[in-house]
Amino acid sequence: MRLLPCGDTGLLLDFDSLDETLAWHATLETARLEMVEDLVPAARTVLVRMGSVATTEAARRAISALQPVAVADQVVRAAVELEVTYDGADLDEVGDLTGLGAGGVVAAHTEPLWRVAFCGFAPGFAYLVGGHDRLHVPRRRQPRTQVPAGAVGLAGEFSGVYPRSSPGGWQLIGRTDAVLWDAEREPPALLPPGTTVRFSAR
Amino acid sequence: MLTVLDPGPLATVQDLGRPGHAALGVPRSGAADRAALRLGNRLVGNADTAAGVEVTLGGLRVRAERDLLVALTGAAGPADIDGRPVAGGEPVRLRRGAVLRLGSPVTGLRTYLAARGGVAVQPVLGSRATDTLSGLGPAPLRAGTRLPIGLQAASEPQRWEAVSLVTHGELRLRVVLGPRQDWFTAAAVDHLFTLPWTVQSQADRVGLRLAGPMLERGRAGELPSEGCLRGALQVPPDGAPILLGPDGPVTGGYPVIAVVVDSDCDRSAQVRPGDHIRFERA
Repeated sequence: MRLLPCGDTGLLLDFDSLDETLAWHATLETARLEMVEDLVPAARTVLVRMGSVATTEAARRAISALQPVAVADQVVRAAVELEVTYDGADLDEVGDLTGLGAGGVVAAHTEPLWRVAFCGFAPGFAYLVGGHDRLHVPRRRQPRTQVPAGAVGLAGEFSGVYPRSSPGGWQLIGRTDAVLWDAEREPPALLPPGTTVRFSAR
Repeated sequence: MLTVLDPGPLATVQDLGRPGHAALGVPRSGAADRAALRLGNRLVGNADTAAGVEVTLGGLRVRAERDLLVALTGAAGPADIDGRPVAGGEPVRLRRGAVLRLGSPVTGLRTYLAARGGVAVQPVLGSRATDTLSGLGPAPLRAGTRLPIGLQAASEPQRWEAVSLVTHGELRLRVVLGPRQDWFTAAAVDHLFTLPWTVQSQADRVGLRLAGPMLERGRAGELPSEGCLRGALQVPPDGAPILLGPDGPVTGGYPVIAVVVDSDCDRSAQVRPGDHIRFERA
């Protein structure tokens, strides 16, 4: 782990792998350091933001003293089942890109247990990992100006579901009726970091 | 209750934002110039957490639907109640039926209107702030918007020395280098500190685009998206940095060369397109 400065209220924890990142995010969540106001996990980093400048140095010392929890000991949130209609605008193209064909893409997407590595882009947008390597596809060269809420997409090693209508560059393979974000719900995100997800074809 | 007759170019409800939800993809948001909002709240006896109205480049007209105590802070400019000039930086009575009007600020960009009792719209995730990026909180004000004002205040109105953070000419902002300064050439790091930066017209609550020497990368490749803070100087491939504002995204994929220290972020909220910024090491 490398501890990088991020202004005077933040520390960026930099890792070599997603697994190490997930382990440290779980460790920090469990440790609940009182000076920490926000934790932002990402693909290879966890940003730790303090509530005040005065506590940044204490946080650095506290984090340096932590030992990462083993993956087996991490809190696993209950699996969420998402029913998907696989009729996305890019399904055939993803079938061509991967060589799996449309049916093969659906099979590969519904088979594994996915896991939310982190959220970002929009409230409740979860980056899911754990899919087959064969499903790795680049983003669309030309992002769409409007992607409907509930659209299920692929980009790089990730799968994700758009929580609300927004611009977007992911390859769209299907759609779900699940409500990904509801500010009145606790937690408001259906898929917070650490959640496991299984997709099923409808 | 305050009725909006004209919001001007952009007016939003703001408080100190919604920290604690960044892991779900929720930006902090909140007042761009927190010090100015805090001062306004103290002048009318509100808690620091009360919501006020953030007015961008003046132009706001509001009518009081009951007797209110209000204060204007932040960017200073002409303002009047039913044609009689009013000063900023002090509590002012706004009688039922009276209309408060803000002209364009002489310097600075954002003026804050605080009202005793606070703007009492429904909070979302613990905050009443309008997040212009993710759409959380109340919509930006429009003609006809009715803003409820709370009946309870924290204390009696207080006297505060109104120290304005709004400056003329060149703004100096202190930064901490990193976290990704090693993605740039030594010359780029040098340019960041030695040359002035001009605020471009793409300047809003999400970020300020700055023009100056191109900040050249010393390495190829793409950075996986990572967490971002307000004040981060994110550098897209074109080499022109973007200074992230209160509604900046929670994560970003461009390397951050340096981050403005927290206490200087408020002053960056008052620069206008065409203004100059210089960065210095904290």
